[in-house]
Amino acid sequence: MEMTIQNMQLAQCGSRSAEPYDSDSYLSGVKPIWCPGCGDYSVLTSLTNALAYLQLSPEQVALVSGIGCSSRIPAYTSVYGFHGVHGRALPVATGLKITRPDLTVLVAGGDGDGFSIGGNHFLHACRRNVDLTYIIMDNQVYGMTKGQASPTTAPDWQGSELTPHGTGVNPFQPLVIALASGANFIARCFSGEPANLAEILVQAIQHPGFSVVQILSPCVTFRPEQRQWKNSVRMAESGLDTDIRTAARRLMEDDGMTVGQILYKGKRPAYQPQSASRGDIHKLERGFVL
Amino acid sequence: MEVNSLSIIVAGSGGAGAISTGTLLLNAAGLGGWYAYLTRSVGAQIRGGEAVAQLRISRERLASHDDHFHVLLALDWKNLGKFASEMPLAANGLIIGDPDQGEAPSEFLASGARLAWLPMKQLAQTIPGGRPNMVAMGVLAGLLGLPHPLLDTVLEKELAHKGATALAASRAAVKLGLEAIASLPPIARLAAPQMSTEPRWTITGNQATGLGAIRGGVRFVAAYPITPATEVLEWMAPALEEVGGVLVQVEDELAAINQIIGASYGGTPSLTATAGPGLALMTESIGLAVASETPIVVVDVMRGGPSTGIPAKSEQADLNIALYGLHGDAPHLVLAANSVQDCIFTTQWAVHLAETLQAPAIVLSDQALGQTRAVIDRPPETIFSTKRLTAEPPATGAKYRRYTVTETGVSPMAIPGTPGCQYTADGLEHSETAVPSSLAVDHQRQLDKRERKLGCYDYGDAWADVEGDGTLALITWGSCTGAAREAARIWREEGRQIKLVSLRLLAPTQPDKFASLLDGVQHALVIEQTHSRQFLRYLQAHYPLPSQVECLNRPGPLPIRSSEILGKLAKWK
Repeated sequence: MEMTIQNMQLAQCGSRSAEPYDSDSYLSGVKPIWCPGCGDYSVLTSLTNALAYLQLSPEQVALVSGIGCSSRIPAYTSVYGFHGVHGRALPVATGLKITRPDLTVLVAGGDGDGFSIGGNHFLHACRRNVDLTYIIMDNQVYGMTKGQASPTTAPDWQGSELTPHGTGVNPFQPLVIALASGANFIARCFSGEPANLAEILVQAIQHPGFSVVQILSPCVTFRPEQRQWKNSVRMAESGLDTDIRTAARRLMEDDGMTVGQILYKGKRPAYQPQSASRGDIHKLERGFVL
Repeated sequence: MEVNSLSIIVAGSGGAGAISTGTLLLNAAGLGGWYAYLTRSVGAQIRGGEAVAQLRISRERLASHDDHFHVLLALDWKNLGKFASEMPLAANGLIIGDPDQGEAPSEFLASGARLAWLPMKQLAQTIPGGRPNMVAMGVLAGLLGLPHPLLDTVLEKELAHKGATALAASRAAVKLGLEAIASLPPIARLAAPQMSTEPRWTITGNQATGLGAIRGGVRFVAAYPITPATEVLEWMAPALEEVGGVLVQVEDELAAINQIIGASYGGTPSLTATAGPGLALMTESIGLAVASETPIVVVDVMRGGPSTGIPAKSEQADLNIALYGLHGDAPHLVLAANSVQDCIFTTQWAVHLAETLQAPAIVLSDQALGQTRAVIDRPPETIFSTKRLTAEPPATGAKYRRYTVTETGVSPMAIPGTPGCQYTADGLEHSETAVPSSLAVDHQRQLDKRERKLGCYDYGDAWADVEGDGTLALITWGSCTGAAREAARIWREEGRQIKLVSLRLLAPTQPDKFASLLDGVQHALVIEQTHSRQFLRYLQAHYPLPSQVECLNRPGPLPIRSSEILGKLAKWK
């Protein structure tokens, strides 16, 4: 069934009594290391709401991450988690999903993890189109190392001693790159719109292939001015572009603050190598006989 | 004169077919009941650079090349003279050149070998579609005394796919070559083979590695192409499909190592194969496999280093990075195959150990093993009961503890999908319940656990090959074992005793076992193909050595030969 935003009524999803899982079912109870006011709390809530809506058994879901504040998220959930090294969440998730297509595999991380140290994997994950949902909590800063510029930071931001004159480098355009590289589902959301975020996450998880959800998620500690994002983001009026040229134009012309809609939805089938087990190792060995 | 083994070289520029000629001769010799051993050496150019096939044929099983080659046949000379040190010729040897290809390089003539000319190109041109390398095949088959019907069988098997015309042209060219040897000076005659009742195999070290992996249960491979490891992957890609597995070519080695970690976390035994540059890129994530206790196997087919080094030629100089390259205290397994055939066993054993101990295993092979093709007896099937210790759904209310401290250090690993065991595998230090922790007590406990699980395990006898006895020992590892075996055989034929020790398990170290096998040894010669004596330094750091120890070491690409080993041993006669 095709979801629409109108019929989802996510606000009630945690209380449908006949169903075994509510959003709390997906929380581990481990206390997050995040600062008070961090946008990532709200992403965690939206994610558990989305999982509850989908009624996925926690043991059938895996959440893979790299390094950074947002990459701590797996331990806060009650699904299977893998917290790896910096920048390599996508390959870990790819290996897992290819060998375990029965699992729902989600990937989470920040802008530094995904677009800087892990940038190459981002391109190739989009190309490969494995059925993963990549949740990027973008705060345009390295929070865990206390406030350095990231690939999405504006070139004139002078808040870090590492780049006292600003980076002077154009910000990375993750969704333009995702579209050009072959991602099958592209959306941008705002952590301050949690119900909308949960709706989009549900659809991203349901859509086959590689889904990219960029979430503007403020870092109130090192980018306190991001508290104003709630005033500067715009909810998109329309979404669901399936024409790649329209989507490309829209993404190229956008200032990065349009949120709340699916910006592209492709029809490429997910990459899932098939291997019919004939199970005959002896046949392989006969190949060596003179 | 009759000899037990003959060694020949077919050389030519890349694309001239020298390697195919060598391979066809190996197959013919193998079918005829001889053992054979074929190494290839290629230059940096993909096409047009020098390509050399070195083939030894023997009635006995073969561990390595001989010290010298009896015949060098050059289809053309190009830059071959520059590499003469890699092709030592016997003083009574024979050099065969083509008069259309210019003068023979002086470096070869200096050996004292006789020079003879055969117009292979002109002969080939008398046959439509005839190729000089097929004339060369006939010439060499004739000199080796390989029966003509065998050549037909091999040509039929290997060239039938090229069509009847091409096959007929090859047959005719081979026949011309066979007839042409009448004009050549004679060489020693190869002794007749000892036939075996069971058909033999022809296999390269890289294929053997792939087979060992599949025998061990590997069903997922992610890898990035790199010389000289690529053939492991090329063999495994269709082979994995046959047994229900998958190989994925990935964007880089960082992806390769992390994809296999992800697949193994999901319960599938997984492997990647690379060479030194790739291993260097992977080391951070091998540490992740240590900390998260995820079983994986990383095969390093070593080549000359550092940096890009000498990509297509052999060296053993990745020993240090394999042993010590991980940051932090990161106990892991390091194993080394010591022959083409042993690539099967060692890789299978590595899978078994990685799965059993929930740890990463690095398998060291090298170009000299990986790209060598050998005729071997059918390898025995080794049965390991390889089964990862997995977790069952816990009793209601009980909390699953992924990193629980056990006596063996191994704790049951929950595979995603198992209800009630959800946990987050972590490269961060963690508590027994897999919650990130920077507490000193958790760090100490988990370090102890990870060290204990490798340290307490009984690795049995396979940890080293020990052959012979005596107060004199050769201590070596990896591909150098071949020349050491050959030297030990000759030493014993002269009525003396010698013990050969080839270490297969390099980490964790086994000091007690090493001490007992060196009991009574007074002199030891350590043999390795590194510049900085990495293996000697490793032995000195971890093992009690006899008071008199010498080291025979050399960097690649020149192999260490048995005559050099015997030369070093001479003073201990």
